[in-house]
Amino acid sequence: MTAVIAVPASLDDLTFESVLEQLASHPADAKVIIDARHSTFATPYGLTALLTLAQTRDEKAEFLPPENPDTVSYWARAGFFRYAEELFDVRGHVPRPRSAGESDVLLEVTPVTKSDDVHGVVERIQERAASILLNNLHLESRATMGFAMTLSEACQNIVEHAGRGGWVMVQAYNYRRRLGGRYVVVIAVCDAGVGFRSSLESGQRRALSDRWDDAVALEAAVVNGVSRYGDPGRGQGLKGIRGYVHRWEGKFSVRSGTARIALIPSWEDDVPRRENLAYFPGAQLQIIIPEKVSVAA
Amino acid sequence: MTRIDVGSVLRHSANLPFSDLVTRPTGAAVRRCIQTELEALSEGDVAMLDFSRIGMMDYSCADEVVAKLLIALAGQDAHAGYIVFHGITDAHLEAIEVVLDHHGLALVVQFADGGARLVGSVTDQERAIWEMVYARGSAAAGDVTDISAHDPIELARILESLLQRRLLRHDGVEYTPLGPVQ
Repeated sequence: MTAVIAVPASLDDLTFESVLEQLASHPADAKVIIDARHSTFATPYGLTALLTLAQTRDEKAEFLPPENPDTVSYWARAGFFRYAEELFDVRGHVPRPRSAGESDVLLEVTPVTKSDDVHGVVERIQERAASILLNNLHLESRATMGFAMTLSEACQNIVEHAGRGGWVMVQAYNYRRRLGGRYVVVIAVCDAGVGFRSSLESGQRRALSDRWDDAVALEAAVVNGVSRYGDPGRGQGLKGIRGYVHRWEGKFSVRSGTARIALIPSWEDDVPRRENLAYFPGAQLQIIIPEKVSVAA
Repeated sequence: MTRIDVGSVLRHSANLPFSDLVTRPTGAAVRRCIQTELEALSEGDVAMLDFSRIGMMDYSCADEVVAKLLIALAGQDAHAGYIVFHGITDAHLEAIEVVLDHHGLALVVQFADGGARLVGSVTDQERAIWEMVYARGSAAAGDVTDISAHDPIELARILESLLQRRLLRHDGVEYTPLGPVQ
């Protein structure tokens, strides 16, 4: 029997959990239909996580695209269907995406499998990101280099640790869930690789404590800078991301396995640590940098 | 002073048509190429690493190119050369300062007008004495003792530390900056 997995109308990092919860009882070789017909909004995390989900299925899943023409058009412009058509059996007609670089998306869904891909991503995004960060987010010019560094380090997490390719997407939009519609830039980097726990275990970097699970592994890597490599210079990428996000009052969340940890700014009421989530392989990172608002005297 | 154009090294050694120093493999390839060039230096020579044609640098590359180069240079088997960094911008410093702090390292940045600055993990005393030597162009330990309020034994220890970290060099009995002083 084929299970139908409903994609929420608004697909983001938190609502994606409902997709995983529905999938939890269906093994990877079970036939499933991912039903996005009623979706009207998706963040970069939502789109890249859907592709990552497809990578985890042994039996190719069917995919029902959004019925809303604006939504399906946006997903096409974001480059989602370019890869979804390889990973899913996409039902129905979807718009042909325009050539890369002509999109209104800051960085379309882009595969990351090797080091050269990271160079390409950084090269492509710098000019457009600088304009958005300066003109829309009203950040200082030094924020633009840090943004490219943050993006680079987030993508390298795939190359260095995942063991298989993943996806990155960057977009700027009005953040309606919080911040009263302030402008934000969002980076999402998702992979279906080995995840933080297995990565640390492979380098004999498991914490010397009785408790060892996805949450402890995430905390070791993201908060304490532990890397599977013994090289003392390792672990600075995630530390650098944390520093950048903190400086610009952003939000940084990482999900891996059954846990998720987040650095929460004052404008957000998310929780810093979630455990016992539905299992999802690999690592899923999201970085949100908000518009700077002047404080009235 | 030998000049090494890091932008050129990036394009040729790593075989990449980009100007940004990102990713560990790229950083490692660039560092190996620079190390090969440094091996040609004679005892006491100074190499200027020129980052003028480098766009941005991420933390991983800063660790591979800058930190590991300095660590290797300070190693017992290292060639007795010195490095000054040129063409460093605030965009580069963001990553460089993080990795220097992480490893407890420091380096000398040379500006186009001849001025220089100590960057990284140094104490206030080390910085003050380094700046004193730099301002004078060269100084013997006694000279620095005369114009500073430091205990001579402590002063000697700091000067020796700056020497061992290759932030100053010896010219006879005097301590001198790595680069030209105007």
